[in-house]
Amino acid sequence: MKSGTWFKLYIGVFLIFLYAPALLLPVFAFNDSSIVSFPLKGFTLNWFNVLWETEALHTATKNSLLIAVSTAIIATSLGILAARASSRYKFRGQKAVMGFIMVPLVLPEIIVGVSLLVVILQMGFDLSLWTIVLGHVLICTPFCVAILSSAFLSLDQSLEEASFDLGRSKLATFWLVTMPLVLPGVVSAMLISFTISLDEFIIAFFLAGTEPTLPVYIWGQLRFPQKLPSLMALGTILLILSLTLLATAEYFRRRSARKTGIEDAGGFL
Amino acid sequence: MTDPIIRLSGIDKFYGDFQALYNVNAEIRTGEFFSLLGPSGCGKTTLLRTIAGFEDVSAGHVEIAGQSMDNVPANRRPTNMVFQSYAIFPHMSVAENVAYGLKARKMPKEQIKTAVEAALKQVGLAGYGDRASHAMSGGQRQRVALARALVLKPKVLLLDEPLSALDKKMREQMQSELRHLQRAVGITFILVTHDQEEALTMSDRIAVMFEGRIGQLASPQELYRRPVNREVAEFIGVMNFLNVSVTNGAGGTFDCEIAGLGKATIPAEQAPGGVDASVTAGVRPEMLTILSDENSRSEREASGIVQDVYYYGDMTYYDVQLDGVDHPVTISMRNTAGRTVLSRKDRARVGWGAESVLLLK
Ligand SMILES: Nc1ncnc2c1ncn2[C@@H]1O[C@H](COP(=O)(O)OP(=O)(O)O)[C@@H](O)[C@H]1O
Ligand SMILES: [Mg+2]
Repeated sequence: MKSGTWFKLYIGVFLIFLYAPALLLPVFAFNDSSIVSFPLKGFTLNWFNVLWETEALHTATKNSLLIAVSTAIIATSLGILAARASSRYKFRGQKAVMGFIMVPLVLPEIIVGVSLLVVILQMGFDLSLWTIVLGHVLICTPFCVAILSSAFLSLDQSLEEASFDLGRSKLATFWLVTMPLVLPGVVSAMLISFTISLDEFIIAFFLAGTEPTLPVYIWGQLRFPQKLPSLMALGTILLILSLTLLATAEYFRRRSARKTGIEDAGGFL
Repeated sequence: MTDPIIRLSGIDKFYGDFQALYNVNAEIRTGEFFSLLGPSGCGKTTLLRTIAGFEDVSAGHVEIAGQSMDNVPANRRPTNMVFQSYAIFPHMSVAENVAYGLKARKMPKEQIKTAVEAALKQVGLAGYGDRASHAMSGGQRQRVALARALVLKPKVLLLDEPLSALDKKMREQMQSELRHLQRAVGITFILVTHDQEEALTMSDRIAVMFEGRIGQLASPQELYRRPVNREVAEFIGVMNFLNVSVTNGAGGTFDCEIAGLGKATIPAEQAPGGVDASVTAGVRPEMLTILSDENSRSEREASGIVQDVYYYGDMTYYDVQLDGVDHPVTISMRNTAGRTVLSRKDRARVGWGAESVLLLK
């Protein structure tokens, strides 16, 4: 057999393992049975109704959205500053600094969670939604830096010089030339931070005070088997939401790359 | 003569340990078409960028229109730049690009519109204002870049190799257009180029640069006829070099024995750098004549063997190995009616004159 066939087979198996479990979510979300198992019983929208009527779920969702939006804005802003600095200026210790910014990308989240918890409590702060935001910013910033660095690097430096040369200040140049041209990268970074924050569990679990996020709430409900189908419904909604956000991010990036004629302004997908 | 628009005095520029400019001094006249010419990497762009204000000088001063530019950033200098990459803002239309600098000056909308239209017309892009700038061709982008800079009526327009990205035909057309444009607007242009022909045909004056230094600053004619040293002579046009021994250097003339040609007495003004053991004789191809007919004569004659013939229709170029010289010299001859064209291996009589020989270091 040719090696190409083996390779295709490998890819096939790989994709099944990766995505088949996720595909089970919508299957059971519409299954008319409170027990999550085959054979399927019938079609129902009941589990979605249950979601609608659960008050605690709404609070958790609001918390999660607030955290995700704050995280996206803060992490992306930090990412812009770091990416801009590292792509335009050469300074002492640059490699080390950029390296440390990127470390949380590979650090186990449980370590980040535990250490942040210890530090925050030692410093005498109370746990709240904002402590979760802090943790999420830490893990999202490296993604933002990665996306935005390539956006800034692919930006022709003479465009900024031209703007300055034509009489604009450095600040005006940043808003009128730099930002519009790296905007696809910015949108992309925001959407990805938002998505990461929205379904992050471990850090949120450690740093949550009395207010749970959506993943923490779901985890808490897993103790009750009868809640499982409605969690499947919730999972389905989250799955669709995540996919839509990522697809939107990619769409914006490509469209604007095409429009401005810039070669790949730094996407993540 | 009016005051110079730009005065460069004693400019050094270091990038870390690397010195890119060495004590550059120059005065650029108001309204002239000035070129910075030199091989790639000699520091032309660096010098242009120090004038524009993008690079700080390590030593020395830039003065524009009598004002010291020591603490003036690029956005407040009366210069504008046409970048090598054109640097057209891809997210703006052609008109928005051209209006960009005017908006920074808070000019009223109506006036901006009129000025933009006039500028676009000036560069031959009337009616292109609404086009997306990324949909323009290379030549058109360059015109947009020109209009964007000229609309601000700078005292000096800086152009960094603006023609190097264009194909040959387009380049020649733009050369003459740029020259016309410069005369029409009366703004001082400083053009960076590595193409000596481009510099010669377009400029009022040229600074030839080598490795961070200005080798010679002069008019095209002077550069060609009276290069100050061997380096400049080699870079501008074709120059034949022959060994020379100077036997007597008294009374403002040099008695020379030139390899392959013979004896001559050369006035000191033809030895701009003085004379020492390293000096060589330089002769332009058109200053040597092939005496192809029995009865054609020259004041001085030498002799050699034709090694190669390059026939161009109007001109013929010969590579001739003069007797006693181990490398051929290039001789160009106009193909006038009745003039015989020699062939390879023919023996040639070569006419020359002392007035066309330079002694160069
Ligand atoms: N930002 C920089 N950092 C370090 N060296 C530079 C920088 N810019 C230019 N150089 C060096 O300075 C020299 C002159 O460069 P440049 O002015 O661009 O030459 P040119 O335009 O004549 O080709 C080159 O050797 C180049 O490598
Ligand atoms: Mg250059």
